Amino acid sequence: MSVIKELARKESKGKSFRGGHSLCRGCGIPIVVRTVLNSIDTPVVVISATGCLEVATTRFPTTAWNVPWLHVAFENAAAAASGVETAYKALKKREAIPDDEPVTFVVFGGDGGTYDIGLQSLSGALERGHRFLYVCYDNEAYMNTGIQRSSATPFGASTTTSPSGKKSYGKAQKRKDLTAIMEAHHLSYVGQSSISHWYDLSTKVKKAVSTEGPAFINVLSTCQLGWRHEPKDAVNVARLAVETCFWPLYEVVEGHYNLTHEPIKKLPVKTWLKTQGRFSHLFQETNKSVLERIQQDVDEDWNRLLDRCSQDAHYFEKQEPTFLREMKQARL
Amino acid sequence: MSNSLKKYSEILVGGTVIAKEVEQPETGSWRLGLKPEVDLDKCVDCLLCWINCPDTAVMINNDSDFTGFDYTYCKGCELCAEICPTNAIQMVAEDKPVAEFGRKK
Amino acid sequence: MNRTLEKPSLDFETELLTGAQAAAHAMRQVNPDVVSVYPITPQTPIIQTFSQFVADGRATTEMINVESEHSAMSAAIGAASAGARTATATASQGLALMIENIYIAASMRLPIVLAIGNRALSAPINIHCDHSDSMLARDSGVIQIYVENAQEAYDYMIMASRIAEYKDVLLPIMICQDGFTITHTAEPVSLLDDDSVREFVGDYHIPYSLLNLDRPVTQGPFDMPDYYFEHKRQQQEAMEQVPAVLEAIQNEYYALSGRQYSSVDAYRMDDADYAIVILGSAAGTVKDVVDKLRDENKKAGVLKIRSFRPFEQEKIKYHLSQLKGIAVLDRSMSFGSYGPLYTEISRSMHKSKPFLQNYIYGLGGRDLFPDQIKKVYHDLLTGDITGDLRYIGLRE
Repeated sequence: MSVIKELARKESKGKSFRGGHSLCRGCGIPIVVRTVLNSIDTPVVVISATGCLEVATTRFPTTAWNVPWLHVAFENAAAAASGVETAYKALKKREAIPDDEPVTFVVFGGDGGTYDIGLQSLSGALERGHRFLYVCYDNEAYMNTGIQRSSATPFGASTTTSPSGKKSYGKAQKRKDLTAIMEAHHLSYVGQSSISHWYDLSTKVKKAVSTEGPAFINVLSTCQLGWRHEPKDAVNVARLAVETCFWPLYEVVEGHYNLTHEPIKKLPVKTWLKTQGRFSHLFQETNKSVLERIQQDVDEDWNRLLDRCSQDAHYFEKQEPTFLREMKQARL
Repeated sequence: MSNSLKKYSEILVGGTVIAKEVEQPETGSWRLGLKPEVDLDKCVDCLLCWINCPDTAVMINNDSDFTGFDYTYCKGCELCAEICPTNAIQMVAEDKPVAEFGRKK
Repeated sequence: MNRTLEKPSLDFETELLTGAQAAAHAMRQVNPDVVSVYPITPQTPIIQTFSQFVADGRATTEMINVESEHSAMSAAIGAASAGARTATATASQGLALMIENIYIAASMRLPIVLAIGNRALSAPINIHCDHSDSMLARDSGVIQIYVENAQEAYDYMIMASRIAEYKDVLLPIMICQDGFTITHTAEPVSLLDDDSVREFVGDYHIPYSLLNLDRPVTQGPFDMPDYYFEHKRQQQEAMEQVPAVLEAIQNEYYALSGRQYSSVDAYRMDDADYAIVILGSAAGTVKDVVDKLRDENKKAGVLKIRSFRPFEQEKIKYHLSQLKGIAVLDRSMSFGSYGPLYTEISRSMHKSKPFLQNYIYGLGGRDLFPDQIKKVYHDLLTGDITGDLRYIGLRE
């Protein structure tokens, strides 16, 4: 049976995440949540940080979650998860819950609650080695509070707290590389994926939950309201981010880098930028240098990633497809 | 639908909600006049519409076959129509008669 | 130092312990499932002593060495929601940092035990005792008990779980002991045996655990104006159950230990004309002064409040309404208004006659001396009352 059919079968046995929530039409977050939860075979307990996902899915007295779910505050999803995971260990120790009932703890946080205010508690939880999967749905701003910039917002993007205007071209800082920060915690598994590549995400989730300790996956999730595109283009816009190499899909397994998706043709980043209203000001003549800078940054980061992946290729014993090898040769 | 407002003594303490006892709001009312309709002759059961639906509104049966749309929750975002590789899904007027679960008549 | 002490009539082990060590012993015997720890003076000896117990296998608690107090309380909330008996300890800036989670734990109805080593809030930074830190949490919905000495700290740390976990209560509980004065001062503490404590605290139950996979629950939802008020009203209801529960647990503890506790400690109050109302360790000094005044035939008494939240208006009014003068001594300030304890007492006394005078003392660890206490009683006796805020020991 194909992978997607297996995921569908998991959901047909019982939906973990159901409709009736008030996330926007065409929101990318449920794609993340459903793919993640359908890729996990064991029972799950979900811990959420404050954000779009939490607020829109649990308006009292309704809930979209058909699995145990906990929300505490904005910056402490990972700390709360540490407590839940430790309690699970303690209760198994005193035999209050059966030893043979595995449970997977999944934490969902937005980029705001992960890159910024939640970074400390995430770092602490990872250092302590609690066994959970942290999934960041990265829509590149504080969307729930009205599209304010976070440290995940791309350079040059217009948000309500970094608006483009007569004297501004949008966000003046380059976005943080959180996946690299996570990797520095010596996790067994770190992944970067996108809503446009469900198979990539699902595979990463399966690898992540099989590790003994904490694992982290950063998933690009479009926001039709904040990025300003049509709801129906949610997946297409995410795909372009991947195909322009703005958001590469890769993983770090025991510190070894592996590219999990190489675009057939690396498109210029403009192709992605022009699909969204938050970048439309960059196409004015006055902002030409900003566009150039963005392309330069993407190229540098992409080449650095490719180098790193080549260095570690032996670890994965990969047989590189001939045409890709030839393409890389042509680039040099 | 029992969502009339309850007194403080009638709800669980601590904000607890028991998932199985909840009736979700019918977000199908969010649609702006268009709903998805599928032509089963064109559908190849790839399930891309299912995995990408933000509202878990694409229905599948126990054999993982596509069976249609759940109009109770579908918000009409058109993601399924956009993503369908065989153009089997079209957005049609809300009042257009369709067969069960959004199938083309 | 001669360590042979006369044993009390009931056959218990007596050890020379600081308040912090006594609290750690209580935690060892209660043996919570999960304890999250982050250091801050003056509660650090609590977690250090407890960590050693765990390292030696004398407690089987799972400890989480978190990276901040905010995370300590977050982890405690996670663990408590998952069905584990949980405790943590903090003080001062740590309490201030975790304050949002203290409100959250109370609102989520999680019976977490917090050992507090009362310490002043910055700025300037000060590591010594006053009550400003726990007063910060007085509106949060957490139960607050103030103890006078190491023995009370030990006893209440054992009773804490039972009070907090009672099915109609389900609130976090703070057992507050004065920083340094109690936490770091050693005195003889009579300990119960491990089995008695284990039997006394029993098992931990919450109605809806996250780890009950057959009946998934959503904890910590989003409220709009249509439900928030009702959720808050439930918390008030829970607080209203505490006095009866507190009394029942205290009585049960008396049978176990021979020590009878009450939500207020009325010392020589039966026929008193003038009294000081106070929280915490300074009550001990006041009791000595009361004894001296009584020797001089002056009808002085002291009312030490243990349960600050809930504040038992009726019981306190009963002890105070026949007095001629009351001095309320606060070890924290509420800038722009009167001390918090004074404000509560004023409310209790609003239909009664005795005149009230508020004094602020001991901020940032400044000691309270017998001569100063004597002066307070003198003010009451001579009717030297203005109703304005006064300060004891301040250079002004």
